[in-house]
Amino acid sequence: MKRLMTTVIAWAAIAMTFATAVSAATLDDVKKRGTLNCGANGQLPGFGLPDAQGNWAGLDVDLCRAVAAAIFNDPNKVKFVALTAKDRFTALQSGDVDVLARNTTWTSSRDSQLGLNATAVNYYDGQGFIIRKDLKVNSALELNDATVCVQQGTTTELNLADYFRSNKMRLKSVTFLQVDEAVAAYESGRCNAYTTDASGLYGVRLKLAKPDDHVVLPEIISKEPLAPFVRHGDDQWFDIVKWVHFAMVNAEELNVTKANVDDQMKSDNPEIKRLLGVEGPFGEQLGLTKDWVYRIVKHVGNYGEVFERDVGQGSPLKITRGLNALWTKGGLQYAPPIR
Amino acid sequence: MMTPGAASGPPKAPLLRDPRFRSLVTQVALCVLLAAVVWLLVEAARANLARTNVASGFGFWNVTAGFDISQTLIDYSSSSSTYGRAFWVGLLNTLLVAAIGIVLATIVGFTIGIAQLSTNWLVARLAVGYVQLVRNVPLLLQLLFWYNAVLKALPDFRDSVRLPGGGYLNNRGLFLPGLDLGGAGPFVFCALLAGIAVVAALVMLARRGRIGALTATALSVLAVLGLPLAAFLVAGGTASLVYPQMSRFNLYGGIEVLPEFVALVAGLVVYTGAFIAETVRAGLLAVPRGQTEAALALGLSRGVVLWRVVIPQAMRVITPPLTNQYLNLTKNSSLAVAIGYPDLVQIFTGTVLNQTGQAVEIVAITMAVYLAISLTTAVLMNVYNARVALTER
Repeated sequence: MKRLMTTVIAWAAIAMTFATAVSAATLDDVKKRGTLNCGANGQLPGFGLPDAQGNWAGLDVDLCRAVAAAIFNDPNKVKFVALTAKDRFTALQSGDVDVLARNTTWTSSRDSQLGLNATAVNYYDGQGFIIRKDLKVNSALELNDATVCVQQGTTTELNLADYFRSNKMRLKSVTFLQVDEAVAAYESGRCNAYTTDASGLYGVRLKLAKPDDHVVLPEIISKEPLAPFVRHGDDQWFDIVKWVHFAMVNAEELNVTKANVDDQMKSDNPEIKRLLGVEGPFGEQLGLTKDWVYRIVKHVGNYGEVFERDVGQGSPLKITRGLNALWTKGGLQYAPPIR
Repeated sequence: MMTPGAASGPPKAPLLRDPRFRSLVTQVALCVLLAAVVWLLVEAARANLARTNVASGFGFWNVTAGFDISQTLIDYSSSSSTYGRAFWVGLLNTLLVAAIGIVLATIVGFTIGIAQLSTNWLVARLAVGYVQLVRNVPLLLQLLFWYNAVLKALPDFRDSVRLPGGGYLNNRGLFLPGLDLGGAGPFVFCALLAGIAVVAALVMLARRGRIGALTATALSVLAVLGLPLAAFLVAGGTASLVYPQMSRFNLYGGIEVLPEFVALVAGLVVYTGAFIAETVRAGLLAVPRGQTEAALALGLSRGVVLWRVVIPQAMRVITPPLTNQYLNLTKNSSLAVAIGYPDLVQIFTGTVLNQTGQAVEIVAITMAVYLAISLTTAVLMNVYNARVALTER
């Protein structure tokens, strides 16, 4: 009888977690818990990768840190959960994570059918190929008959098949669950090329034994706007994550940096006053505090600083701003105003 | 009937203390509770899915898949095939690995199991060493080892080894000339299966003495060769050999054996073979020593003693745990996802799940499929077990 009771209690506990897993008030849950649960990559340099000491770093990671900074005034109150491309949506849908910041492409079906909302594009990417230099291939259009290694559970698989089909090329693809295994197979010669988002290719190239023997082909075969995702049904939380990104972009545009944010608090510029909460109730309107942007910039930095630190000139990847420059500098990063 | 009538048995206890009544009540209560818990779970999941607007239902089955699969036993194209078709491709790939794996693991297992009991010291020690080494290393690690070993051992595409008869071997796989039957392929394959079924029936008849061994053999050959040939002629096929053609990056045409497939089968066979070897060893040791001694005393050779006296009796002990090993092998084949072999889990609960986002439906289907495969294997093995079991008289 005792065993029976234990079984019953265990089942009831499982049922309870299922029933209460997804709550509508994510912000309250996060505050009550005291940490933000952030779904991140875990294997992608520049976007989400823990170092040897277990400190997470990357563009997506910093987005989560910025959200935590805005809520708790502490960028370290984040629990990062490493997710594969395949598990990520289930983890967000079931409430295991509050935000999915894992270089995830914004598509119509993910926005609707999956029950998720893309917040704002924090990196404009596109799919490309990496190939051995000694194959003397200069363009992706020369890849007819090639074998291509690819990671599973991504839009990448679909883009790859589409690209080869629309250019009337024959394709053999080998699909792996994890990036590391796909790259190892590419390196061993199992595949002629490896394909993923261009940002990822630079990271992969660094991981290869002889990076200089490999070249990233110039073609970008798809649009990959990468965005943090949240669940349907909680507009307040959706707004918070979206506006944390916008705040970082606005801060860059107004030249509010980690170093000068304290001085900028005394600025006469009305836009900066509104941004930093010196004037207006804009933080409270979101359910945060007056000084939410101050907290973000102070602890994490503006978008430009984060970009350069994680993927740009301050990182081994050395990716140029390109499409991710501010709209004032010929890029696509454009944030609605705070007012 | 030696037992006295039940009515005149022990005096009737009050209902509440009647053990049969009490156990019945407990069972019913447990069932109701279980049903309630299941209902609660399903209802909670349904409500959560509805609240977050996650799509549900099986409408995705007929939607175009759009992705490429590296090994397809049936026609599949990324441009026109559906998710449903992708499911069948994955299922067949899983069944292929399971079928080949089970046959090879049985051979390896019996060989090693018998070798463990060999009177030759070196052979016995080597066999024991193999079992201990393989049983104690996680299967996933072994699969990664085999995959890397296969890839590293084989030459690069540009240094492909030419095999006699027009085949090639490189780290993309083994490429062999294939037989193109001009559209009659599926018919010939079905006819071959029918032929094998006929052979099985003939063997049973011959065992019961209904037909002679010579007739059975002749009819078997006729069934296996004749039926496919007839199907080929009726379907109006044309036979031609297709040789693999070298292109800039790859070989196309003919039969292609992927390195992922070889690594997966090798890993599963070596791993499961070690467990089967232990089962076989235990079974052989369970046969009383007297049986061997008696057979030897009759002047039978050691080989005959093993195959005709010991193993048939050992099968009674071996079969039930052997079934477990077959089921394990089938289920373990889902680790294919780690080394890029497109099995059911990789294609269906991997890519299809990710593209449709319908985790509940897809995982449920996959679980049902593995359950069906396992139950079928178990039923077949139970039938066999009933045949070899000791008949008590």
